[in-house]
Amino acid sequence: MRVERKIRALVAKPGLNSHDRGAKVVARALRDAGMEVIYTGLRQTSEQIVETAMQEDVDVLCLSILSGAHMTLLPRIMNLMKEKDLNDVLVIAGGIVPEEDIPMLKQIGIAEVFGPGTPTDVTVNYVRNNLKRKL
Amino acid sequence: MLVVSGGSNVQGPEELREIKEKSGRREETTLKSRLDARPERKPEFTTTSGFQVNRLYTPTDVSDLDYSEDLGYPGQFPYTRGIHPTMYRGRLWTMREFSGFGTAEETNRRFKYLLAEGETGLSVAFDYPTITGYDSDHHFAQGEVGRCGVAVSSLADMETLFGGIPLDKVSTSMTINGPAAMLLAMYIAVAQKQGMAPELLSGTTQNDMLKEFFAQKLCIFPPKPSVKLVVDIIEYCAKKLPKWNPISISGYHIREAGANAVQELAFTLADGLAYVQATVDRGLDVDEFAPRLSFFFAAHNDLFEEVAKFRAARKIWAQFMRERFKARNSRSMWMRMHVQTSGCTLTAQQPANNIIRVAIQALAAVLGGTQSLHTNSFDEALALPSEEAVRIALRTQQIIAHESGASNTIDPLGGSFYLESLTRQMEEEALKYIDRIEAMGGIFQAIEKGFLQKEIANSAYKYQLEIEKKESIIVGLNEYAGDETGKIPLLRVDPHVEDVQLRSLRRLRERRNRDLVTRTLDKLRQAADKDHNLMPHILKCVKAYSTLGEICGVLQEVYGQYQELVMF
Repeated sequence: MRVERKIRALVAKPGLNSHDRGAKVVARALRDAGMEVIYTGLRQTSEQIVETAMQEDVDVLCLSILSGAHMTLLPRIMNLMKEKDLNDVLVIAGGIVPEEDIPMLKQIGIAEVFGPGTPTDVTVNYVRNNLKRKL
Repeated sequence: MLVVSGGSNVQGPEELREIKEKSGRREETTLKSRLDARPERKPEFTTTSGFQVNRLYTPTDVSDLDYSEDLGYPGQFPYTRGIHPTMYRGRLWTMREFSGFGTAEETNRRFKYLLAEGETGLSVAFDYPTITGYDSDHHFAQGEVGRCGVAVSSLADMETLFGGIPLDKVSTSMTINGPAAMLLAMYIAVAQKQGMAPELLSGTTQNDMLKEFFAQKLCIFPPKPSVKLVVDIIEYCAKKLPKWNPISISGYHIREAGANAVQELAFTLADGLAYVQATVDRGLDVDEFAPRLSFFFAAHNDLFEEVAKFRAARKIWAQFMRERFKARNSRSMWMRMHVQTSGCTLTAQQPANNIIRVAIQALAAVLGGTQSLHTNSFDEALALPSEEAVRIALRTQQIIAHESGASNTIDPLGGSFYLESLTRQMEEEALKYIDRIEAMGGIFQAIEKGFLQKEIANSAYKYQLEIEKKESIIVGLNEYAGDETGKIPLLRVDPHVEDVQLRSLRRLRERRNRDLVTRTLDKLRQAADKDHNLMPHILKCVKAYSTLGEICGVLQEVYGQYQELVMF
């Protein structure tokens, strides 16, 4: 029987936004669900986040943002992901994102956006079921 | 009445024994058959912070309470029942709504609207670049300018922000920490330009850096120089701005980051004790500055636990100030507080429910004897508040003040068996935490070890799991969910704000006197090297229209940059 390796997840905080309660709760929930989790800490530039995603060879990148800067920062991250050929990394976002911004974010490759009040098992299951890479 | 002064209870030992016996008999007879027939809804009832709650409280639960020592009278040590002799019968609390978005012009308009609607104090929200010490044209600021608050990069923005508002007639609270000295200096400069003596200025700078390192996490410099700047402001205000609160020692962010009520209380007090010690170590007499220290707490969902927290906070602080720091002025022992209803309790689902949550939380703050209150707007889990939502939030306070009856008498819940027992528990548990922190060597060490960060993260995760397991019910979220009633109109910040701000900053950089900027910044660097109080130097820099980023940059050259301790 083939033993599946653990899912590798990067939880990242782009921009200056310091609200990390949600990011830390999600990081812990992913870890409790058996994933290898790396948390970047605060105030990460897009370049730093993509660099970490590459170095750590992650399966999923979780971006937490509550500052309203998502329409500037998330497209920049997605462009860098493409440039670095990280197309097989699942990217999801969470935080305070107005509904009308979500279609545009999905268009640039953010697979799903989780708003306030999302149960952690919804996020965990989404990650498990939507990975782009084989384990 | 529950107990009388002089240390003796209304219920003498005889009577207490009788109550205890009766309660015991009742448990075995009436209650047992009732419980056998119909068990209670849950095996255990707890407060939001996890204190076990009994079925019923009787005088036996508070039998060791001494009225004079533990409660006393409002306006008298230990101030458990309130800091003023007449409380809201004399004057209502200050209704202060935190606001700020977009450009200084837009926020200036919102301020004037709020003042016209009956608000009695201003409260400024700055945007992320400003609170982290970056100018609007720094590459880190892209996409963040004016989003979560107003952008202020220099004195020019501050002049616009308070244009047409007489600064001797309003009190202004500024939520600013790392760059508190710079923003306070700008405010002083605006006042002077309005022809006003700075001695007349009243308001508050949050200026509480310690909680930044483990809760809000907006840090510029490492902990030690950060606290040096905090003390610079406390010292400067003690000498030059007698009506200004130089610091608002904040539990709010600790709670919002995930702490429970006890942790909020304990960590805030531990921070407060550290600031008092640092200022005394600077050579100030405690009574010279302590009367101007102020506090800031959250009001979460559990009404009784929150009221108990506010009462315990006043008592513990008064005791520390008198016993540890030998304060003689009673004002040094007063804990004056601002309260904000808890943002993290707001749900994005069925947002109108938040109006009710805010009302209950605000009532807790009033029953807890706050001096000033911000009520959150019901749409804040979704966006910055719309004007309509802010109006409802302000009206909520006005309804409590004028219709509920809560402001008619002082400390109306005082003497409740449950509340007094909870207040005592809160005090004991908070003191245990403070002892633990001091045993580690103090707050700096507790931060360095990540103790506070870990405690908060653990509580946040526990709170989330309780919701997910439905051990705690949040209406509209994990129960009674699904009947969304359609969209509510949200405030959108105009994306052109950034362009407007960048243009005006560029013009400022061109038109100011560059030599003067360089000269004042050099002087600041020298003063920082020599460990002088930096306030007078920062004031000179801002008057020369040095930008916030330039001033913070100079200080970073001297103090270095803070590196976060990453953990989850």
